Amino acid sequence: MKRYNSLEEVRSDLSKGLISCRSLTEYYLDNIKKKAHLNAYLEVYETEALAKASEVDQKIKEGKAGKLAGMVIGIKDVLCHKNHGLQASGKILSGFISQFSGTAVQRIIDEDAIIIGRQNCDEFAMGSSNENSAFGPSLNEADTTRVPGGSSGGSAVAVQADLCLASLGSDTGGSVRQPAAFCGIYGLKPTYSRISRYGLIAYSSSFDTIGIISRSVEDAALLLEIMAGPDNFDSTVSHKEVPAYSKSLDFGKKVKIGYLKESVESPGVNEEIRKKTQDILTTLEKEGHTVKPVEFSLLEYILPTYYILTTAEASSNLSRYDGVKYGYRSSEATDLQSLYKKTRSEAFGAEVKRRIMLGTFVLSAGYYDAYYTKAQKVRRLIKEQTEKILSDVDFLVIPTTPTTAFKIGEKTEDPISMYLADVFTVQANLSGIPAISVPAGNDSQGLPIGIQIMTKAFEESSLLAFSKYLTSKN
Amino acid sequence: MHIDKETIRKIAHLGRLEFEEKNEEHILKDFNKILDWMDKLNELDTSNVAPLIHMSSEVNVLREDEVKVTLKHEEALYNAPKKDSDYFRVPKFLG
Repeated sequence: MKRYNSLEEVRSDLSKGLISCRSLTEYYLDNIKKKAHLNAYLEVYETEALAKASEVDQKIKEGKAGKLAGMVIGIKDVLCHKNHGLQASGKILSGFISQFSGTAVQRIIDEDAIIIGRQNCDEFAMGSSNENSAFGPSLNEADTTRVPGGSSGGSAVAVQADLCLASLGSDTGGSVRQPAAFCGIYGLKPTYSRISRYGLIAYSSSFDTIGIISRSVEDAALLLEIMAGPDNFDSTVSHKEVPAYSKSLDFGKKVKIGYLKESVESPGVNEEIRKKTQDILTTLEKEGHTVKPVEFSLLEYILPTYYILTTAEASSNLSRYDGVKYGYRSSEATDLQSLYKKTRSEAFGAEVKRRIMLGTFVLSAGYYDAYYTKAQKVRRLIKEQTEKILSDVDFLVIPTTPTTAFKIGEKTEDPISMYLADVFTVQANLSGIPAISVPAGNDSQGLPIGIQIMTKAFEESSLLAFSKYLTSKN
Repeated sequence: MHIDKETIRKIAHLGRLEFEEKNEEHILKDFNKILDWMDKLNELDTSNVAPLIHMSSEVNVLREDEVKVTLKHEEALYNAPKKDSDYFRVPKFLG
């Protein structure tokens, strides 16, 4: 069977009778087995996916199929899926079976998506390499000695290696875009609050967004359209109308594009990535668009701000894992307090503990104002400066990552060097704006490069249309 | 800002974590390095800036307070490591 790059291609072959949902699902299941060494999936729902595929084939015959009929999809192990295992790639939720489906997951099921399995990621979505998984790292198919990025590493590898057509991930600081860049595919982080977070395991609630990893802009647009919108189970979700993103992908106008000088000049950015970015900007200029450098003076403050705020929120969100209500419980406990401490210390991984510690510290009496409140203030400055830039240009175009996929183990000893992998992606999460990583070819070693596009809040329609246009010029 | 082992122990207690004593030195070093990095924010004057607290622009989203069963009793208890027919069970903590 050929490799499909969009649902449209699948639907075309389904309508010609060349394939069925069942044969397509069998193909992906077979690929998952052949490429088990990539460690992309934590659990594969073989029997169930095949049964669902047959059901969708029947629905297609009867003309009753939903909008995602023919889409085989994988979900990151942070999304609740009723009666399926869920453990955020960690030990503390061992044996946990979700008792409900999150809103986004339910909405794709209702449109006849076939969920083929749950995917490996960094524990509680904390990481940039998928190395912080209790199930071992997922491997980048472009070079299996390298990381796929993270935290949605398994989800990106699954799409890269043809183990499903699309994946749902989550993006708190770049966790969908950075692995998409490392794996040569699309990664969309929508505007904060565009998709309900109900049923998404909370890491940092003022940053977390469900994101989409796909092989085409069209599939990202369709999935967003289906998942976005009001939800009685999330009071923060936006009530703004959800446009028909998949039907507004034409792009014909001339626009203003801004780029950060640092991204094409800084020695901290890999030379081939700088050159690729420059080439794309030159192409856009030749096409008649206005391209200009923009000043973002707060670049060096975004990562410290991000880590203060996200660790604070994480320390609070992860207090629920106490060995009482679900998951792992230490057998060493003698009283209630030691039950909490031993359970958490035995079952959380090193990076999760580090972040709980940092977050607890920045929220503790005596340090709260100096760290937490300070970071909330700087977040306002970053958001306002970003909005000011985007009032002058339509899109910001910068690399998704400063380097291509790095070697497994290369950054595990030094947390700050690992945190720097997110330097270009975090700005969108601090500001709440939408951003996408678009594949931009490979470097001389064959490693994928991603280009990131950002725009104003709730402007996903123009973001997706521009991404499709950029892909066609690339 | 630099902190000491005593603070690490206090923070670990607040976060309901515990570390072996032999690892404390490593944690402390790591912690102080990250705090130095976070201290960079002090270069910015934010005396006239209000903290940004809410990221969603939705305000007071209200609905009728209807009684509904969204999670059944047995579903809520389903994943408990130790339970009886009605409750989560934990070690005794009142004398």
